[in-house]
Amino acid sequence: MKTVCLYFQVHQPFRYRRYRFFDIGNDHYYYDDYSNEAILHKVSEKCYLPANKLILSLIKKHGGKFRVAFSLSGIALEQFSLYAPEVIKSFQELAKTGCVEFLSETYSHSMVSMVDPELFAKQVKMHDDLIEKYFGQRPTVFRNTELIYSDEIGEQVAAMGFKAMLTEGARHILGWKSPNYIYCGAAAPQLKLLLRNYKLSDDVAFRFSNKGWNEYPLTADKFANWIAKINQHEEIVNLFMDYETLGEHQWKESGIFDFMTKLPAAIIAKKGISFRTPSEAANKHNPISVVSVPHPISWADEERDLSAWLGNEMQKEAFDKLYSLKDQVALCKDPDILKDWNYLQISDHFYYMCTKFFSDGEVHKYFNPYENPYEAFINYMNVLSDFHIRLDAKVTIDPVAIELERLRSLIDEKDKKIEELEVKSAKKRTHKKVEKAG
Amino acid sequence: MRVLMFGWEFPPHISGGLGTACYGLTKGLATFDDVEVTFVVPKAYGDEDQSSIRLIGAGDVSITRKNVKFEDLQRKIEYYEVESGLIPYMGPEEFWQLKSLEHKDSSRYIETDEMGKLTFSGKYGNDLLYEIYKYSLVAEVIAKENDFDVIHAHDWLAYPAGIAAKKATGKPLVVHVHATDFDRSGGSVNPQVFAIEKEGMDCADRVITVSNLTRNIVIEKYGIAPEKVITVYNAVEPVSSELKNQMKKGVDEKIVTFLGRITMQKGPEYFIEAAYQVLQKMDNVRFVMAGSGDMMNRMIKRAARLGISDHFHFTGFLQGDDVFNMFGMSDVYVMPSISEPFGISPLEAMQSNVPTIISYQSGVSEILNYALKVDFWDVNAMADAIYALLNYPALSQILRKYGKEEVESLQWKHSAQKTREVYLEAIASVESGITEN
Repeated sequence: MKTVCLYFQVHQPFRYRRYRFFDIGNDHYYYDDYSNEAILHKVSEKCYLPANKLILSLIKKHGGKFRVAFSLSGIALEQFSLYAPEVIKSFQELAKTGCVEFLSETYSHSMVSMVDPELFAKQVKMHDDLIEKYFGQRPTVFRNTELIYSDEIGEQVAAMGFKAMLTEGARHILGWKSPNYIYCGAAAPQLKLLLRNYKLSDDVAFRFSNKGWNEYPLTADKFANWIAKINQHEEIVNLFMDYETLGEHQWKESGIFDFMTKLPAAIIAKKGISFRTPSEAANKHNPISVVSVPHPISWADEERDLSAWLGNEMQKEAFDKLYSLKDQVALCKDPDILKDWNYLQISDHFYYMCTKFFSDGEVHKYFNPYENPYEAFINYMNVLSDFHIRLDAKVTIDPVAIELERLRSLIDEKDKKIEELEVKSAKKRTHKKVEKAG
Repeated sequence: MRVLMFGWEFPPHISGGLGTACYGLTKGLATFDDVEVTFVVPKAYGDEDQSSIRLIGAGDVSITRKNVKFEDLQRKIEYYEVESGLIPYMGPEEFWQLKSLEHKDSSRYIETDEMGKLTFSGKYGNDLLYEIYKYSLVAEVIAKENDFDVIHAHDWLAYPAGIAAKKATGKPLVVHVHATDFDRSGGSVNPQVFAIEKEGMDCADRVITVSNLTRNIVIEKYGIAPEKVITVYNAVEPVSSELKNQMKKGVDEKIVTFLGRITMQKGPEYFIEAAYQVLQKMDNVRFVMAGSGDMMNRMIKRAARLGISDHFHFTGFLQGDDVFNMFGMSDVYVMPSISEPFGISPLEAMQSNVPTIISYQSGVSEILNYALKVDFWDVNAMADAIYALLNYPALSQILRKYGKEEVESLQWKHSAQKTREVYLEAIASVESGITEN
């Protein structure tokens, strides 16, 4: 019995406006509302809405045999509720079919997993609360930003209680092994790993409309045949891609929606192959072996590492400066500051600073609102400088002040307890009186 | 392949980038065994580096013996008083100084010395156009006397010489556009210079431009067929390590430098406005405007009016080692040029490990990745870039580290190789008879 596991990533960053250094300390609004709204509308119309409609109809048509998973970043959900609430509604309809699973990730689509386990867990919880609120299901499978994974991260994810996690079937970690099995983490054997089949995933996500590709044009039947031809002992084919593949990266005119319309039927028609969501797949199949990943991997670029986000000096400085504020932010309760803090962590900001595209990376350019990586860095650092000033104004990191704050909250806590106990004892007293009276 | 090359100056007697570029290119060409260059300048001093070329000074060629009639000459030559707006390529430091001396030469006739030779000053003087035509006459003689396969003329000063040589021998002509009058004048083109430039490009079998920026000007403003215009980027000579960073700055403050002629083409006023903005936010920084030019006094006044004179310094014209000393002291180099066909000075800054900001309106921005780029008019962006380089260390670090590597990869032998290909094309086009003219 072979499983096809289809998962789509949904994420849109909050893009910054051009924030000059003379705005620092003067203007605390960082966002390019016009671009954010315009892009979200464009992508909703080209991709999210028509694709959700299609998937809903396919699920209904195949009566539960077509199953699919999504991961929606908290940032994307925030933008939907701001600019296109109808997209949330259409995802809710998908959730109601019972054939759609929502995965867990970090709220901010951040790389906090590289920094601090506690903060990591906090952001995951924040995200899962939101998913539960919108879709009535609590995620049980985790997928990290850009499928970033290492043994250490796997251990943290297992400790959060997840049974499975998605990551890239990177050739350099698998070697001769096939991605078409379930594996388990080296540091956390209880965590099942679903590895992306990058060949088949990229055939759809990147090569679909490439006329120079020798398999062009790709049809649903051809693709289903490839899956059917895979060695019968291999258990699972993980097709992981950006949801924007449907209609945005691959335009409607390329025939991607036709392909998607026919794909479920073509796969279901094959003997012994069925669609399963990640958690269903993790229940069905057992890990075949341990996979060891000492250095973090991701699903990006040829290198499948973090060099697109943390590859150069600018990215490292911006990232380090950002997270050097984490203890101070932890003491802050100001909702505006916390909101900006969430948005500062969005991985896209670091992606824009990547200098790799000097040699390759048309992909990098396509998603980039900046002319060049330096502009991205300058803008980000200006925003971060202003944020730092505001944070300093709200929270002092004077150790005495921190101790005072701690004691104050302790007193508050005890006060609350005393109050509670007083109410309780008061109740008991009245109860007794009533008893006596009775 | 023998190349007859016409230039206007040759190191060490140079007033700007043209001579340096010619020198670099001929050195690069010398790395090819099958290329042999004869370089002609109006005036040879005798101490030029002739290791890779043969140098001829036009003033050393006797023309009376070649039966050039003087009566003819007088009719052939039109003599123009050079107007104040005319500034030839990068040389103008001297031109400006000459002009301010109210240098007047009223000679209307070609004078030869007792040996029948024409005298050339080899400088950019008020009688520049007169010299250019004298030069073209001698070029004709030189062309007939020497054996070669292709003619290569550098910039408008030498185009008439190139044309004369081509007419005399029928050999293919390549003209090399280091700058156009549109760059020098900021739009108000001198019609005489324009005519000389256009004639040179029209007569040429191939036109080399130093950037695509210049290529577009040549195609659009001069109406030259795109197929015969080819971009060959300049390169830079490696600097010896002892030259670099000789001097360290004496103050514990950051230094931001503008280095170049203080003329409209170089955009000095945008640098001042950006400096003003940066100084609103931080005061441990000094700005230096190194160079001289016809806008200098206006710039001094502007800085005073903005009230930033205590942090804004003028050095006057810098030469030789002083240039590298200035780079050694700089934390940021800015080139806000309004129209820069190529722009060699950012490369020199990067060689000296100075992070660099250049305008998109410079040819060099087409080939650099490790420099910050802004529109010359976007003072906000320029100020932002300066501020970022001074305050966010990772940015200057990355530009320093990779910028140097990048500049070192720009070598004259690559430019020469491309130039050689252009020669072959020009020769082939003449042989097959499909010339443009």
